[in-house]
Amino acid sequence: MSAATASIDSVVAAVEPTRVAAIDHTSFRRRFFRSHAAVTGSVILILVLFSAAFASVLYPGDPRDMVAQASIWPGQDAHYLLGTDMLGRDMAAAIFHGARQSLFIGFAATSLAVLVGTVIGVLSGYFGGFVDDSLMRFTEIFLTMPTLLFTIALVIILGPSGGSIALAIGLTSWPQIARLVRAEAMRVRQYDFVSAAITIGMGHVRIILKHILPNSLSPVMVAASVMIAQVILAEASLSFLGLGDTTVMSWGGMVGAGRAVLRTAWYMTALPGLAIFITVMGFMLLGNGLNDVLNPRTPVR
Amino acid sequence: MKKPGKYVTRRLLQVIPTSVIIVLLSFLLLKTAPGDMVDVIAAESGGATKEYMDQMRELYGLDVPAHMQFVHFINRVLHFDLGYSFRDNMPVSSLILERLPATVLLSLSSIGFALVVGVALGALAAKYRGSVLDTAISVISTIGFATPLFWIGLMLIVLFSIQLRWLPVAGMVTVGMDYANHWEYALDVARHLVLPALSLGCFFLSMYVRLTRSAMLEVYGLDFVRTARAKGVSEWRVITRHVLRNALLPIVTITGLQLGGLFGGTVVIETVFGWPGIGRLAYDAVAARDINLFLAIFLCSSLMVIFMNLLVDLLYVVLDPRIEVAQ
Amino acid sequence: MSLLEVKDLSIHFKTPGGTLTAVDKLSFSVDAGETLAIVGESGCGKSVTALALMRLLTPSTKVSGSIRFEDRELTTLPERQMRDLRGNRMAIIFQDPMAALNPVMTIGDQIVEAIRAHEKVSKEAARKRAEELLELVHIPEPRRRLDEYPHRFSGGMRQRAAIAMALASKPSVLIADEPTTALDVTIQAQILHLLHRLQRDLGMALILITHDLGVVAETADRVLVMYAGRKVEQQGVNGLFEQPLHPYTQRLMGAKPRLEQDSVGTPQRLQEIPGLVPQLTQLPAGCAFSTRCDMADHVCHSVRPELKSHAGHGLIACHKSEQLDAAEVAAAVATKGIQFIERAPAEQPLARVA
Repeated sequence: MSAATASIDSVVAAVEPTRVAAIDHTSFRRRFFRSHAAVTGSVILILVLFSAAFASVLYPGDPRDMVAQASIWPGQDAHYLLGTDMLGRDMAAAIFHGARQSLFIGFAATSLAVLVGTVIGVLSGYFGGFVDDSLMRFTEIFLTMPTLLFTIALVIILGPSGGSIALAIGLTSWPQIARLVRAEAMRVRQYDFVSAAITIGMGHVRIILKHILPNSLSPVMVAASVMIAQVILAEASLSFLGLGDTTVMSWGGMVGAGRAVLRTAWYMTALPGLAIFITVMGFMLLGNGLNDVLNPRTPVR
Repeated sequence: MKKPGKYVTRRLLQVIPTSVIIVLLSFLLLKTAPGDMVDVIAAESGGATKEYMDQMRELYGLDVPAHMQFVHFINRVLHFDLGYSFRDNMPVSSLILERLPATVLLSLSSIGFALVVGVALGALAAKYRGSVLDTAISVISTIGFATPLFWIGLMLIVLFSIQLRWLPVAGMVTVGMDYANHWEYALDVARHLVLPALSLGCFFLSMYVRLTRSAMLEVYGLDFVRTARAKGVSEWRVITRHVLRNALLPIVTITGLQLGGLFGGTVVIETVFGWPGIGRLAYDAVAARDINLFLAIFLCSSLMVIFMNLLVDLLYVVLDPRIEVAQ
Repeated sequence: MSLLEVKDLSIHFKTPGGTLTAVDKLSFSVDAGETLAIVGESGCGKSVTALALMRLLTPSTKVSGSIRFEDRELTTLPERQMRDLRGNRMAIIFQDPMAALNPVMTIGDQIVEAIRAHEKVSKEAARKRAEELLELVHIPEPRRRLDEYPHRFSGGMRQRAAIAMALASKPSVLIADEPTTALDVTIQAQILHLLHRLQRDLGMALILITHDLGVVAETADRVLVMYAGRKVEQQGVNGLFEQPLHPYTQRLMGAKPRLEQDSVGTPQRLQEIPGLVPQLTQLPAGCAFSTRCDMADHVCHSVRPELKSHAGHGLIACHKSEQLDAAEVAAAVATKGIQFIERAPAEQPLARVA
């Protein structure tokens, strides 16, 4: 590994320290509720999840349908609290429904990244040697590629749909997880209980499932939480560029559309952007909070 | 004790397979896409005859099998020929060179801004750890991380261009303006540069703040800082020569990587501000299936990343005397 | 008037669990050219005291009492003037020479920095001085070594370099905080001899902080024993080794590994002090050592012993001090199998014994 790659690890560690030890459930709960970041993040995310879950109940019908006069400013009409856009669509409905798209892409792409990253990382860290060398070379290629260009290319080629966006973002996000899991696997691999398991003839798959993976769980949880935030931002960028799924409402797409009337109705741009910000903030706070909770080195404030 | 020559050569040789694989990968990607450039042109021109399309494909070398196209492409790259953009009727290299200065200007000014302000804020937060100032700075940096770049850009436009009318909305120069001298031109560009550089800088800024703070806190705890104070050295010197100097490595790394990502990282901001740079060019190229142009940008970006990684590695040898290049 | 006079020095740390008293009303003085050893287990407050003397503790630490040095009151001295003293009139060396030097600055630059912090001399002149200083601490090829980074130095060499740096402005007092603890045994002796010789040659006072009684026997004139942030005993080095007064000091001597005079190499069982050092947040109401002392009675547990002079040759804080006359101690020691250590002859390094 080159010094630069090694140093990326140290940089990542500096930005999001994820050296984590196992903590039992009760103390986890206690520390969790004492962490302002974790609690605030959770509250925000519960609200966002609520909006996504009850969007169809609160705002039935297609949010893309015209319901009122165009360009009603927020607060102008009590029935449309957040106003309407230039096509007379209810902004509030659009934002509630937009939460679905952001959360869907966020979870789908992150799951993909965690899956791919964990498999590659665990194989690399557990087996070491040639397997490690080739897998890390492969990872390095993905790290070298200009991420955004690659994602844009992939989405344009596969056609902009929820699935293709999740796939494209997921495919560019896994290297982070892979390196994290690899480091954890290498660390756990050295412990005596792993040697003992090998000595008593336990299979590699069982050792990985029973010993290596559970030990990597905490850092991956923290990283995944922060990654969802990054994915939501990436999805918003794609939608903003006009590469989003046009069949559903998305916050990035709303910002992109609102741009055309920025001069006269900037609220159409501001509101969905605020929604993105709040959601991303929720996941980041949760990630930071989990890090405080799971990492005994940093005291809970 | 240090012989970087051999090391550089070895690292440079490692670059070749990585680049080839990256180009192959992106080539395959664009090849699996339904429809080629001729289809796009035909669709835009509103229907073309089969003969005409075949003729076009032959002209642009699209009639040979995919692997041969790839071989041709690699062969040309080795001769420093990045191909021809059929869409813009220009050699790809001149298209890129034409757009390059705008992107370099934008990236360097935003990273420069973020570096100076970010390191200063991070150092302040570390110095006054746990204070109100520290909390405020870390809140600002978290907000910077959580806000979509394009949205910051648009909000800045609303505030500074639309409401206050201080700065231009978009572009790099005022259209149709006559410049009396170079200064006037530079001033005009600078006025256009402020908002995009600020928006792009916001994200980098957050990163530098966090990085500097945590790196410096780590160093503050080390014994040699106490030694320096025990020598009776001024606090300013303790911070700059001892703490910051040792916290420099992660900062250098991040700066290197960001400069490496300069080509592809500016797509969104260039779109928001209509900035005529590489990012926007790449986006247009993919949309128009201009495979040569896109591949060239992709290749240049990747090489840039690889090159910056190499540079960071070499800087490490200079910055950290503990790293000695093994023979 | 002594060179350095500390009176009622108390140091409090704020921790999440409440305020913690690391040092409690400590008083002592050091004369020019003298070596005072401060002895105690880790956590007894001796290193904190060293940092307090240099005013290197973090600002949130509360320091009270008085520290007079060369007719100046250090506790209230403006930071600017304090900085002028640091590394100039008073200097310190730390325990871990691996960590005490800046890894990205050459040894020469670090010494030059120390010189130029207090004297307006040219870089060249400072460099020349740095070379002489390295020579003074017996680093071979000093000119070449100036341009090397700390990682190329061995542990002992780094400690020598740290000493050279501390001596840059010929301080009148040098504080050595566990200067040999992190080093190999053979190197320890060399560094001690070096410190001893430098102290003698430069006529500076030396405050030697250690938990190693062998080091004390080797170099100290007077000894101050600390336990849980308090001074429990103080006397001349000969007196201490002949007749340790406080039960804790006696135990400390028992806890020291020794070589039998006639059976060199035969391992001896280390005598441990039973019990644990009490948490500084939960000190007993009386004598801090009462929880581990087998002479302790209800008075010891409830009333804090004052420091008083004992038989004219030392200070002791113990309710049982009257009972602790030499004969009884000897008897008690004999029954417990504790032996005293005599002061080792100077030419014989480190601890030797009875």
